[in-house]
Amino acid sequence: MNAADVPQESSSTYGGYLKAVYARSGDGRMTLVQSRGWEAEETVTRQAVQAFEALAAAARERVRAGQSSPLEVHMYRARMDVALLAQTSGLWRWQVRRHIQPTVFARLSQAHRARYAEALGIHPDQLDSVD
Amino acid sequence: MTTSRFVHQQASHCESGVMSAIVRHYGLPLSEPMAFGLSSALAFAFFPFIKLSGLPLVSYRMPPRTIIRGLQKPLRFSMRTETFRRPEDGAARLNTLLDNGQAVGLQVSVFWLPFMPPDFRFHFNAHNLIAYGRDATSWEYLLSDPVLEEPVRCAPVDLAKARFARGLLAPRGLLYYPGSAPQEPVWEQAIPAAIKKTVRNMLRPPLPFIGVKGIARIARAVERLPAASAPQAAKLYIGHLVRMQEEIGTGGGGFRFMYAAFLEEASTLIASPALAELAEKLVEIGDLWREFALATSRMIRDRDPLDLDHLAVLLRAQAEREKTFFASLYKAVRPS
Repeated sequence: MNAADVPQESSSTYGGYLKAVYARSGDGRMTLVQSRGWEAEETVTRQAVQAFEALAAAARERVRAGQSSPLEVHMYRARMDVALLAQTSGLWRWQVRRHIQPTVFARLSQAHRARYAEALGIHPDQLDSVD
Repeated sequence: MTTSRFVHQQASHCESGVMSAIVRHYGLPLSEPMAFGLSSALAFAFFPFIKLSGLPLVSYRMPPRTIIRGLQKPLRFSMRTETFRRPEDGAARLNTLLDNGQAVGLQVSVFWLPFMPPDFRFHFNAHNLIAYGRDATSWEYLLSDPVLEEPVRCAPVDLAKARFARGLLAPRGLLYYPGSAPQEPVWEQAIPAAIKKTVRNMLRPPLPFIGVKGIARIARAVERLPAASAPQAAKLYIGHLVRMQEEIGTGGGGFRFMYAAFLEEASTLIASPALAELAEKLVEIGDLWREFALATSRMIRDRDPLDLDHLAVLLRAQAEREKTFFASLYKAVRPS
């Protein structure tokens, strides 16, 4: 890749940052060049973000239908799955799966709620809301 | 060891950026590509059975800590590494080191770093940055994240979460700093030894998931994805490959451009024109990785029809090219 060909496609995913890549400069030597973004990279970053957004949206529908609890929504919003939430909260996967059920979630102990809030990086009071 | 004011310099990859900055800070000029090449960090690895959110572990470099550990021998110094069970202990130790004027490398999860762009904040646990001080009034940490243009600040509570994130490659509060001052290497020995190790990893790895065999294996996995029955899942999988290649601080082209920069610098240091020619070749290979990324992203966006067989062909061609390339690289550093 030549320095002049380093894409400068202002990817929104960079959030205004510039990224540094190695490319061949005019005098033929490899040098560090700043890039504003590349569409191909933006595509796959957005795709990964949207995959979690879609999971969260689907979970929110299930909460509305009374089939799931806000815990599942918060899990996907924190870009986690059951395995990672279990590891982060220090609980077993089967416990997390069980706590996601609306009836079990409704009578979750304060200690468990605090643990989930800590793992998800939110305040315990936010756990019940999906808005 | 004397320590002066820490100088932040943007790099293309976190661990090589951190280690070259630490080595420079402790007295030895060292470029980022040289840190990457000397520690034999380039590779390819595909572990289909290790999953992160349902997607396989794919990497274009050796595992985390390769560069931290791998520079000790060529630069004839030692790195001290410490991990902690309790976040309080990790914070206390970091504060002590910073108060003594050390610049300290840290392994962190990207997700918990508030200064990172939101779209990059995934649960990737093997990010690296340097802490070089604390604000005397707010107690915020002064951080040098090598993939960013400028130094940043971070509240102690956020840094603690990032250092003690759980999951795959959990950092367990890892911090590292030199135990002795790095020395200029004997280039004629260090460079060929480092290159030979990379060639070994690419061509004769201990496991068939690594090196050019790993690339061929991933071509097969791509071919077998359910394009017709579950196109979204197939797209997520191929998008994941491209993300690992282009996004996670790779300097583009799956680190191939950075390794080319290393070969170019090495060719001057040990007066080997062959290495400069091979650097050219590797830039071409890196360009073809970028073409693979572009072809894949067009399929994900439905600009082109989803054609997994075509992507597999591109991957197999890359495996063949890298096979030839690393064989030539071995010849260039073999004692004649």
